[in-house]
Amino acid sequence: MSSLTPDFSKPSPRALLGYYRGQFAAALGFNLAYRGMVALWVLGAIMQPLVLIVVWQTVSEGRDSGMTAGQYAAYFMVSMIVSHMTFIWHMWEFEWRIRSGYFSPLLLRPVHPIHHDICENLSYKLVGLMGIIPAAVLMALIFGADFSGASWRSMVAFAPALLLAMALRFVVEWCLALAAFWMTKVASLNQLFDAFFLFLGGQFAPISVMPDWIQTLSFALPFRWSIYFPIQVALGDITGRDLWIGYGMQLLWIGLAIGILQLMWKRAVANYSAVGA
Amino acid sequence: MSSTPMISVQNLGKTYTVPEREAGAKAAIASLFNRKTRDVQAVRDVSFEIHPGEVVGFLGPNGAGKTTTMKMLSGLLHPSNGTASVLGFTPWERDRAYLGQMTLIMGQRNQLQWDIPVIDSYQLFKAIFRISDADYRQRLDELTEWLELQSLINKPARNLSLGERMKCEIAGSLLHQPKVLYLDEPTIGLDVSMQRKIREFVAQYNARTGAAVMLTSHYMADVEALCQRVIVIHHGTLLYDGDLHGLVSRFSPFKTIAIEFSEPMIANGQLAGANDRYGEVISATDTGWEIRVPKSETAAVASRLLADLPVADLTISEPPIEEVIEQVFATGVES
Repeated sequence: MSSLTPDFSKPSPRALLGYYRGQFAAALGFNLAYRGMVALWVLGAIMQPLVLIVVWQTVSEGRDSGMTAGQYAAYFMVSMIVSHMTFIWHMWEFEWRIRSGYFSPLLLRPVHPIHHDICENLSYKLVGLMGIIPAAVLMALIFGADFSGASWRSMVAFAPALLLAMALRFVVEWCLALAAFWMTKVASLNQLFDAFFLFLGGQFAPISVMPDWIQTLSFALPFRWSIYFPIQVALGDITGRDLWIGYGMQLLWIGLAIGILQLMWKRAVANYSAVGA
Repeated sequence: MSSTPMISVQNLGKTYTVPEREAGAKAAIASLFNRKTRDVQAVRDVSFEIHPGEVVGFLGPNGAGKTTTMKMLSGLLHPSNGTASVLGFTPWERDRAYLGQMTLIMGQRNQLQWDIPVIDSYQLFKAIFRISDADYRQRLDELTEWLELQSLINKPARNLSLGERMKCEIAGSLLHQPKVLYLDEPTIGLDVSMQRKIREFVAQYNARTGAAVMLTSHYMADVEALCQRVIVIHHGTLLYDGDLHGLVSRFSPFKTIAIEFSEPMIANGQLAGANDRYGEVISATDTGWEIRVPKSETAAVASRLLADLPVADLTISEPPIEEVIEQVFATGVES
């Protein structure tokens, strides 16, 4: 056996790219092997916007609820895509890993575990899109979605808004998931966080139809910038200066979350008890 | 030993704070308002050094602190006190350069991904540990041949038997050619022939690479085959650090005297009083006896036996290592 030891003291983008390729392929292999499970998750992701379209279209019939039936259909259709693309389940995962000791194999590698989770998350999203995209098209056709505000410009602006939203939600929730190193059980925290997304992220209703104080509050919190902002950009509701403010808020939250993550990671791992493994 | 130690541990200790309550719903409700915890000292002030090329058996009963020590040395756990240096690194600082040069193999947890073919996991390890194409190919070929993995590496890990998975796990953990190996019960649950194969392989790897190996095992066969030196830990405290056979002479208060008679001893008259006159007779036939004798009385008892009985042959031996270790664990003798 030869004995050349690689130099781990310097970060190597090439090595990290190789890791991403391998881990992504492994995660893709897993998601394709369990495509039935992914299909059920996707079905679950379709149900919520479907119900909300029906509810809000019924509410909007014969009265001014701020948006037309077609606009609601378009809103929840895009919301479904954005929610799928930004969805992260790692708070559940952290709880299980810490309670069972399955964090140990990840911590024994000379690669930060966040890279493993990014690959796992992206591969799930990619496989899930195979169900989400046809469902979105069907939904738009059946419920008469109104995309009159959207244009090629809004689509171009949507791409970075979505990518930043994906990064924002991932890094914020991964940060919160670190609480599992102290609390072990963080499923309830996850539940609470999901409720905030529902109301302050615009998953339950467009924030524009919410009371003023909720609109003001949502501006200062990360939820709006993870879900509502990319939806608005895709539908052409946000342009010009507001668009740049939105990108700025996304970057601000990402930067803040990365800062907290760097500060907390070593402390969190120092708290790991490696039970059972 | 004069070389610089690969592993150097000074007064290492780990205390866990664990919640404690009595059984039953009433106690559960009471614990909501008055949560009680207890400090458990899993490891207390343990110190030792391990040099390049050494294979050291780390022995102790369940809960002695062996795995906790290994977890601290592999960077998984932060100690409550003490220092350690492995390959010049402080393990719990989790420097990438350190993680890239060591491996921890645990019988119950694995690095292999459950649902994908083993070879795909190996490809992933290649990227994680930055192994060059040439090194990867060469090492994989060697490991595949040594551990007879040809028919296994294209199957998902979940479809392998425990023994097959352990072999694949060990191969995967050595692809980056670690300089320090922590092996925690690597042969647990395996059949005798698989245990032997893994023992031979570890010995071969150690001889070829000069890696330092720290091994825990409840199978004394593993320890006897691989370790010249053992560290015994009990209730988190180091009891013994030294030569495997020295452990027996230090801790066993007995020796075994085996005698063969020059003529068959049909009458049992002498046997009746033997326990009082010589020591504890472990086995007795009409052709010979085996007697356990306190170490300090060995010479006197041997003379008495030679004088009293028609002895054709007499041998004095140490008791089996397994028996001594069992006794050390049971009594917790201080060194």
